[in-house]
Amino acid sequence: MKTTVATPQADQAPSTAKGFNVGSIFRQDLGQIPVAIALILMALYFNATTNDLFLSARNLSNLTLQSCVIATIGLGSIMVLLLGEIDLSLAVVANLCGAVTCIMSVFHHFPWWAAILAGLAAGFGIGLINGLIVAFLRVPSFIVTLAASLGYQGLLLHILLPNTTLIITDPNLKGIAANYLPDYLGLGLPILGIALYAGYIILTRVRRLRQGLAVPPLWQTGVNLGVTIALVALVLWQFESYFGVPIMTMLVLAMIALFWVLMRFTTFGQHVYAIGGNAEASRRAGINVNVIRVLIFGLASMLAAAGGIFLSSRSADADVAVSPTLLLQAIAAAVIGGVSLFGGRGSVWAVVMGTLVIEGLENGLNLKSSGDDTKFMVEGAVLILAVIVDALLRRRSTAAGR
Amino acid sequence: MEPILQLRGINKSFGAVQALRNVDLEVYGGEVVGLVGDNGAGKSTLIKIIAGVYAPDSGEYIVDNRRVNVTRPQDATHLGIETVYQDLALCDNLDVVSNLFLGREDTISGLPFMNSTEMERRTIDVLRQLDVKIRSVHVPVSALSGGQRQSIAVAKTILRNARIVILDEPTAALGVAQTRQVLQLIKRLRDQGLGMVVISHNLADVFEVVDRVIVMRLGRRVASFDIKSTTTEQIVAAITGAEFSNGIDGQGASVGSTASVNGDEGADDGNHPAYQHESGKGSIQ
Repeated sequence: MKTTVATPQADQAPSTAKGFNVGSIFRQDLGQIPVAIALILMALYFNATTNDLFLSARNLSNLTLQSCVIATIGLGSIMVLLLGEIDLSLAVVANLCGAVTCIMSVFHHFPWWAAILAGLAAGFGIGLINGLIVAFLRVPSFIVTLAASLGYQGLLLHILLPNTTLIITDPNLKGIAANYLPDYLGLGLPILGIALYAGYIILTRVRRLRQGLAVPPLWQTGVNLGVTIALVALVLWQFESYFGVPIMTMLVLAMIALFWVLMRFTTFGQHVYAIGGNAEASRRAGINVNVIRVLIFGLASMLAAAGGIFLSSRSADADVAVSPTLLLQAIAAAVIGGVSLFGGRGSVWAVVMGTLVIEGLENGLNLKSSGDDTKFMVEGAVLILAVIVDALLRRRSTAAGR
Repeated sequence: MEPILQLRGINKSFGAVQALRNVDLEVYGGEVVGLVGDNGAGKSTLIKIIAGVYAPDSGEYIVDNRRVNVTRPQDATHLGIETVYQDLALCDNLDVVSNLFLGREDTISGLPFMNSTEMERRTIDVLRQLDVKIRSVHVPVSALSGGQRQSIAVAKTILRNARIVILDEPTAALGVAQTRQVLQLIKRLRDQGLGMVVISHNLADVFEVVDRVIVMRLGRRVASFDIKSTTTEQIVAAITGAEFSNGIDGQGASVGSTASVNGDEGADDGNHPAYQHESGKGSIQ
């Protein structure tokens, strides 16, 4: 904004300046630079200690496939965290809905797409129920979803009776995790995405200039676009030097992009952030807080269902045993990426960074043949670090300007 | 000139407690009305009735000489009557633009997508109109000073075309420079023809910015002063009820043209033991 000449009384208080400089770097969409640096250092370390195995095209391709389940469930947990709530049932719901898809496909001979829809619908319905209890009965989401987690674990055991696993036979369902996109899609979709993004940047610039608003210098926009294109090209080059872009990876990235648009550009997304920031103020501003809460819980569980379908597709079966670390890793992916546990802060893209940190650690330590003992301790330490940073940032932002 | 907003004979009780008794209030365009009174005098109840949070038990709510029904907050906002509560109702994590348009975002024709350039342009316009200085409309409001936050909360009402703005303790949490800034803002809004109602405990602020003071005591409107011909002592006396027990030379009640004191004050005294106690305290001071 245009700077007005400051009169002595104008308050350019030091607290304002401090909060702006340090805090805002972390708060912005691009505030993942510290995480990115940590990620690069980690990759270099693992690569050096595993004879360049870690950064090989094959391992990176595998890494993205391993990341898909956590990234998808993590995306769901971001939705809920942005509201200032938490959903502890996502991992169990993921397995349950994966099982629903498998059952529909194996026992009821649904075509693959109908089986997937059934799984997603089950997830959405479960989320709606959780959301209704949280929003209208005002029970803390923590306890509602904890109870739900227990109940749905029981339901999962029940629907797979008398077995504990169910093998998928449909080649299309298995193919989600096993197959790669043909080049015209594997390269075409990212190029389309980049084109849309560039078009959006240019259109915004033109509109702002027409309205007489400040625009960033042209070189900055250029650098921004250039870096984005370079990153995408690098990733595509890695994929192409192996088998191409995995279908599942592309699906996950498409979902993240879709939810980014939803959260960043629509009034719905804006209201989610508003509720996470100040639910009472949002209510007074005429936002239907409860409806949004219910919908977000529904969407989060639907994303968990998608994660569960990926999980089933990867292991080619449905299993009653829910990974004990899955839920924590999904929430950790969100928090490490900069999504606040206190609500209202963080970008949907956080899940990419967060998942790469978690799965990168897991993958790298596996390559080094470290045991679960080391893995758990390292992951626990990283998670604590991320939560501490979140708490410190929150304290800084509430201290500023008061 | 007719008042924009008029309340007549408002009564409101909560169970056995009668919070408001037969209260009148009128707000003209281009004036700042100060609403003062001790704790429990009924100021908050009165503004919540104006804001539509409470419905009165009886009495008339008149806007532009027409009787209206205001039973929900939306009713008041539709009539151009906006209230800024002490908590300001800002989302700390959102930037200035998002806060100003919260709940009524501009969208791109028919689509659910926000028209952020248009919202930013209008934000800059309204901040310039109100002469509010902030370094960027894209900083989260948590990074703003108390005075700036108050200004943002007021600007929000202006964007919704408010005609009457009610401010609840706008300077209570502010330092000297910030208070000055907010008082300047109130004056500017008055000069633009808005009617303002300011609740304040700080009589210095009241004298600085207000045109007319309405004093509440124990659920009644007990006095109304033109600020130009009033002293702090008179207002304090009306707030504490001192002028009837020991009377500061009868001034508060007798100024006539500048002060009107409801005549039935003495008659109900007996019904209200608390009143006796209160006025007793007043006479000691």
